[in-house]
Amino acid sequence: MKGNFIDNLPKVYGIYTGGFLAFIIIMSIAEQMGMTAKTIGICFVAFTVAIYAIIGYLSRTAQADAYYVAGRQVPTVFNGMATAADWMSGASFVAMAGGIYFKGYGYMALLVGWTGGYVLVASLLAPYLRKFGCYTVPDFIGTRYGGNLSRFMAVVVLTVASFTYVTAQINATGTIASVALDIPFQYAVYVGLVSILLCSMLGGMRGVTWTQVAQYIVLIIAYLLPVFWISNKMGAGFFPHFMLADEVSRIAELEAQFGFVKNSAENLKEVPKGLAGITKAHSAVNATPWAFISLALAMMMGTASLPHVMMRYFTTPSVKAARKSVGWSLFFIFLLYSSAPMLATLSKLSLIDPTLPTGIIGKSISEVQAIDWYQNWNQANLMFVSDFNGNGTLELNEFFMGGKAVVLATPEIAGLPYVISGLVAAGGMAAAMSTADGLILAIANAISHDVYYKIIDPKAETAKRLVVARVLLVVIGFAGATIAALEIQGILGSVIWAFDFAMSGLFFPLVLGVWWKRANKEGAVAGMFLGLVSGAAYLVWVRTGGSGFLGITQLTFGIFGSAVSLVAMVVVSLMTSAPNAATQKMVDEVRIPSGKSILGKQH
Amino acid sequence: MSKQEQHWEKSRGLLFMTLAIWFVFSIGIFLFGAEMNEVTGPFGYPLTYWFTCQGSLGAFVILIFWFANRQEKIDEEFGFSERGDD
Repeated sequence: MKGNFIDNLPKVYGIYTGGFLAFIIIMSIAEQMGMTAKTIGICFVAFTVAIYAIIGYLSRTAQADAYYVAGRQVPTVFNGMATAADWMSGASFVAMAGGIYFKGYGYMALLVGWTGGYVLVASLLAPYLRKFGCYTVPDFIGTRYGGNLSRFMAVVVLTVASFTYVTAQINATGTIASVALDIPFQYAVYVGLVSILLCSMLGGMRGVTWTQVAQYIVLIIAYLLPVFWISNKMGAGFFPHFMLADEVSRIAELEAQFGFVKNSAENLKEVPKGLAGITKAHSAVNATPWAFISLALAMMMGTASLPHVMMRYFTTPSVKAARKSVGWSLFFIFLLYSSAPMLATLSKLSLIDPTLPTGIIGKSISEVQAIDWYQNWNQANLMFVSDFNGNGTLELNEFFMGGKAVVLATPEIAGLPYVISGLVAAGGMAAAMSTADGLILAIANAISHDVYYKIIDPKAETAKRLVVARVLLVVIGFAGATIAALEIQGILGSVIWAFDFAMSGLFFPLVLGVWWKRANKEGAVAGMFLGLVSGAAYLVWVRTGGSGFLGITQLTFGIFGSAVSLVAMVVVSLMTSAPNAATQKMVDEVRIPSGKSILGKQH
Repeated sequence: MSKQEQHWEKSRGLLFMTLAIWFVFSIGIFLFGAEMNEVTGPFGYPLTYWFTCQGSLGAFVILIFWFANRQEKIDEEFGFSERGDD
């Protein structure tokens, strides 16, 4: 191919996408010819991971700006795809449709929050941090406010938030690898980790960028293809997003007909851990305005404070490109998020409508227990039925399912070929890997650049800095995998906590750093420290039986943390002296999109 | 007022407008979630349900591109736009 790599991007990824589609077709032919389900699953995961590893190898670099910010030459649309992959985690891919399926409206606050946050990113932060020219988020805090303490506090908040998040992602890669490759979870976690490190170790941000684009393509195909296929197969409409109104109202009708019968605690004891029944209305408003808004708000402010997303906008060629790139990111996220509710609707209707061939409610218990897919998923501990009332017929309240099953099992229930399940496994793996990569890199870069280079050894040579960065990458990855192997918290819970931690400590120090010239070092340190500590204290208090206040739960504790952070930052800033003239001038410079960045190209 | 101050004043105006629209679609409408859901929205979905599935999400996408274009216009007006790439 002629010309440089950047100019050839559309061609390269065009060929890649074509190749992936061809691979899916080859696999489906192989399935017809008798390849087993297990082999197909292994092929999908192994093939895609191998491709990412090759991209990771080709992106190897020895330059600091390539390692930290991909040389600042990633075009807007591709950075959008990379951010979308960085953003959409194993939780978004595997658990989101399940959350919507079980919790309805109350859960949809997460969709609104995880998209609305990008408006804050685009308008309040990304373009200004890009102009700043920093390598990492603490780099901005440290330079804007000055002093090693503020830089170090930012690294602490970043590490707490990202580490909480990354264990969940490594856990997800482990879950998928263990199912697809049929190995025990404790080993699968490390298989996942090695795949993750293959993408990021040699090329840093450059390697992660180009693998994330590849991962986005896999995950979006893996998500959309089954949704469209199932919708068409059920006769629900060829474009589900615009055509499922009848299905949504049919579910409401069935809910009214069956009613939500409450199970006794004794009966529920029989149900395996982690499975749930349908107890909430599908499309009706089932949460109070504050419950919805507080969760959405926490997720939006958390989005704007999570470093692995912010640092993606450091890689664009210009400030203008950073703004546009946020728009593209959200567009690519929108493609998946707007499909999740459709998948939840199709999945639920196909299971509960007695007039459909796949419907199981109203059938006799023994008949349901004889269905092939029921047996498979029951064995995988993701489905369960029990005849609580002893009438021999399956009622709505007697059917239980795991959240992951909505994405993983619906293709099989709808009668799609197994090749789709292999594809879904590859998609889930891509989603979890890309997020884990971004997070591990965010932590390792912050520690290597901000703690090691800026604080401990400012004279270190580039080669030495990059060795430190890579060693940290491996260490943090292994620490994350080790904790993931312990399986402490469910995938979704820890993801939401990460948002709350990030917003508690970083939201106001970042935003006010650009928008309030009077904000100073003392204020920022107080804001980060008190925000993080009070948020964490609130979480511990609620977890240990505290009642909480103002309806702030363990999922929205960041609202309390960030409020404390804001007050602390404003009060302390005003009590201490204003930032010096040089800092004020720096803030003025940041607000002008053109001209040189504050920090040099190599720093 | 210097060119730079004028530029910042306009940028700040745009920010407030952007945040106002953001507020409506992320928070404002959900104050009336229950009432709005009685209304039939686009494509026949209940209105609040539609906003959570597609409406608000799509509005954010459009809002960011609108914001980016407006900000570029402001930058051009004051001669602060960057040359070349995009």
